[in-house]
Amino acid sequence: MKILKISILLTAFLVSGCTGLDYTDLRGTGDLGVIIERATGSVKIVDTTKRVSIKQVTGLGDLSHASIVYSRDERYAYVFGRDGGLSKVDILKGEITRRVIQAGNSIGGAISQDGKLVAVSNYTPGGVKVFDANTLELVEEIPAIYGKDNQRSKTVGLVDAPGQRFVFSLYDAGEIWLADFSSGKAKITRYKDIGMQPYDGLITPDGRYYIAGLFGEDGLALLDLWHPEKGVKRILNNYGRGTKKMPVYKMPHLEGWAMTDDYVFLPSVGRDNVLVVNRRNWKKIKTIAVHGQPVFVMARPDGRQVWVNYAYPKNDTVQVIDTEKLKIVKTLKPGKAVLHMEFTPRGEHVWVSARDAKKVTVYDTATFNAITTLPMAKPSGIFFTNRAHRIGL
Amino acid sequence: MRFKLNVVFLLFIFVPVFFSAVNAEDGTISKERSVELNNLLVQDCGSCHGMTMKGGLGPALTPDILKNKSREMVTLTISNGRPGTPMPPWNNILTQQEINWIVNTLYTGIKL
Repeated sequence: MKILKISILLTAFLVSGCTGLDYTDLRGTGDLGVIIERATGSVKIVDTTKRVSIKQVTGLGDLSHASIVYSRDERYAYVFGRDGGLSKVDILKGEITRRVIQAGNSIGGAISQDGKLVAVSNYTPGGVKVFDANTLELVEEIPAIYGKDNQRSKTVGLVDAPGQRFVFSLYDAGEIWLADFSSGKAKITRYKDIGMQPYDGLITPDGRYYIAGLFGEDGLALLDLWHPEKGVKRILNNYGRGTKKMPVYKMPHLEGWAMTDDYVFLPSVGRDNVLVVNRRNWKKIKTIAVHGQPVFVMARPDGRQVWVNYAYPKNDTVQVIDTEKLKIVKTLKPGKAVLHMEFTPRGEHVWVSARDAKKVTVYDTATFNAITTLPMAKPSGIFFTNRAHRIGL
Repeated sequence: MRFKLNVVFLLFIFVPVFFSAVNAEDGTISKERSVELNNLLVQDCGSCHGMTMKGGLGPALTPDILKNKSREMVTLTISNGRPGTPMPPWNNILTQQEINWIVNTLYTGIKL
């Protein structure tokens, strides 16, 4: 009897050994992230609990202005490269699962509400391509054709929206397109004459409003996705470069636009200001003078602080605005060429990339102390996996 | 015909500009500064023109494309920006010699 027991245990041990069931190796991905290393065409997979870099993944092409969206299981990162490369990276294994060169020149992408479609926004050839998120096989191509001569426009500001939809803007055509995939095949609604040179777009965190920033004129184009039949309207007509146009050394990014309960915080275009706008009526409340031309204006997840970084040549600085006092409460110098900031999911830390200082610094958002720095090869965008469950990211 | 005349006329302007820029590269722009300028070109100009200068929101600026464009126009565009587009002027941030160095580097091809 005893021998039988031992042999059963032994067999169980051997079986478990053979199938490789070592539970100590299992882990979730909720505290992981991916950081773009633009000089080397690589990414670093990081752990935001241990605050360490776990692994580098190479072979991702030209990653200038690269961005990432996540599969809904938070296991795969879709990396959108400048050179048209679309790569699916398994962040648990730390390797590229699939990779396609889908265009000549690209500018970011989005993942559908159900997680089954990945869309990429292309400059050359201008348009949006939609892929099967699992296989990266092409599902549909949406050429951004406009005008009498059937020109193709660069597409920008591509986001996902509730109802299995994608929204994007046509830079050269001055249009917003809504692509509805709820029936499986794209149904396109075109909004013409929305303004000159829409250069980026954002969707509000609730997925209701799509807003395109205009470089060629003042004001913003707003589409209410609860009522797309009402068309695009103009808001904040004084927002933009104004009558005395100042040079813009880096386009402000809209994706990170900070929204708190009452306010929206916007980067001025070509001016050293952050604008505070009432969220209900889109009226400006205050102009806050800041260190330089703002690029990202991002709210801590609880909305209590807004962090701002700046364009060249003032890009060694980050400032923190208190959203109650509407004043700058801290100025930090994370190093040369600060490009991006990402908060941990509940906002106790913020990770800040400094491209030319070749490091990422992790700050405690309560004390502003630098907790640690991680050396990286020209880091730019930082993307944590909690983006997987946020509309528009 | 007018086009041809222009080309000949432009040659007179650009040949001296070209040589002065080469001199500037050897003379007044230090090795250290040229590393910084190269980084600016690849990384910051690269934000719009692509790190390999194959284009983005801004046009491609590879030697192949530039060989058909006037060097003076490129120099002026970098110096003064291009109204109606996002291209900003750099003459308040960079010296003329530094801009010439950048134009030269674009025409010969950037080193990543």
